[in-house]
Amino acid sequence: MSADRASGHGAATALSLGAVFAIWWGATASGLITPLFLPGPGDVALRLIDLAQHGFVGATLLQHTGASLARVGLAMLFAVITAVPVGMAMGLYPRINAAIDPLIEFYRPVPPLAYLPLMVIWFGIGELTKILLIYLAIFAPLAIATASGVRRVDPNRIRAAQSLGASRDQIAWLVIFPSALPDILTGLRIALGVGWSTLVAAELVAATRGLGFMVQSASQMLVTDVVVAGIFVIALIALLIELVLRWVERRFAGWASAG
Amino acid sequence: MPTLSVDRVSLTYRSKRGPVAALADVSLAVASGEIVVALGASGCGKSTLLGLMAGFLKPSGGAVTVDGVPVSGPGTDRAVVFQDDALMPWLSAEDNVAFGLQMRGVAQAERRAAARDMLAQVGLAGCASHAIHEMSGGMRQRVGLARALAVKPDFLLMDEPLGALDELTRERMQMLVLNLWQTSGKGIFLITHSIEEALFLSTRLVLLSPRPGRIVQRYDTGFARRFIAGEPVRTIKADPDFLAMRDDLSSAILANAAEDAIDVG
Repeated sequence: MSADRASGHGAATALSLGAVFAIWWGATASGLITPLFLPGPGDVALRLIDLAQHGFVGATLLQHTGASLARVGLAMLFAVITAVPVGMAMGLYPRINAAIDPLIEFYRPVPPLAYLPLMVIWFGIGELTKILLIYLAIFAPLAIATASGVRRVDPNRIRAAQSLGASRDQIAWLVIFPSALPDILTGLRIALGVGWSTLVAAELVAATRGLGFMVQSASQMLVTDVVVAGIFVIALIALLIELVLRWVERRFAGWASAG
Repeated sequence: MPTLSVDRVSLTYRSKRGPVAALADVSLAVASGEIVVALGASGCGKSTLLGLMAGFLKPSGGAVTVDGVPVSGPGTDRAVVFQDDALMPWLSAEDNVAFGLQMRGVAQAERRAAARDMLAQVGLAGCASHAIHEMSGGMRQRVGLARALAVKPDFLLMDEPLGALDELTRERMQMLVLNLWQTSGKGIFLITHSIEEALFLSTRLVLLSPRPGRIVQRYDTGFARRFIAGEPVRTIKADPDFLAMRDDLSSAILANAAEDAIDVG
């Protein structure tokens, strides 16, 4: 891509963001839309500072954010520990794939909100249900991405390792896993996007902290500026997660895109 | 002096249209210090033959043995060099070369020293920390060669190792292969579809016919030894003997291809 083209893209992005911001500011400052419906950018910015200093519904913005990140982080940790080996096994052994794939494909298209009530009945309204919900959302795309990455490994690479004396375990973890890593990391990036969106749903259930809970409570109390500020924070964190994972992909799987 | 023997080997695999004979009744032997080249057009089963010798495939009939012991699978006594290099692109050049030593549990410092030594032998001194994706096709094949030699195999099996290289790089690599052959004293089995390469890189040459692969002619060739004795590559490849054998092989390949076409028609 030429520098000209790149700066052209930057200009288009700035223009569209600027336009939305201008319409938002114009519509609220002129009194066309009441603050109850949509507070202006200034009010939201002030509310963000207030949220950081004094908090809302019993916790500061940092504490809400921390609670949400901890849930997604734990869910991701468990998902990586389980989905990567399961996906490896699915990719390596067609029989295991035949056994597990239908289960994953059965629940994957179901929106998490649809099975949340069942999980509440089974696991109560504590942390377990929330983390499990996010875990399930992350597990499916991660396992599927891992399995497909494993299936795409160049067979000659495996043969080369065999004739260099690698054992089955060495081939699995020193050849197949790194070969599939680019696909695994792409899967993780997509999975975390899904996981973060599921968070809000998970926090609707009797949470006392968390960004989803904060937005939900604010909505019930008609504190619209907190709702908008919360949405901004949720979007910002999603963006940060995306950027961090793109960096991880470049750092640990840069060879795949380097041709 | 170990010998890798292929004794009356055939391989038939099942396809949707029924059984397909890839190889029929192939016998050959590769001893240390020899370069045996299998020459044939695409689809003559020469890669299948190499796969059987490497232990990636099991023969339907006959046996592959090393000094009389049947080959039961891939092993470090028979290192393989692939056309598509089959390197680990996430590892540096030296870690690729050291891969086989790592599998044996050799300590990192020791195996890296051995890898650098091997890289120097293939003309890549100073490229130890290079990433694979930064290297040209010729450099990658040198890494592949170094990786195979690093495990100190008895035999080197080369599956069209120079097939993807440009003409100039190819000739330099041919000379490298011969020099490594001489210094290491390994038995080499190499497959190619280039007649010139087959002649230049062999002490013995077998010509395979297409589907099912059968050995239709065997030649003793002296050109590899003449190169080692100091004769320049250009002189050898322009030698009347070389050109005569090249024509002879061309005709033989054409004749077999025609027979094959008649069989099919």
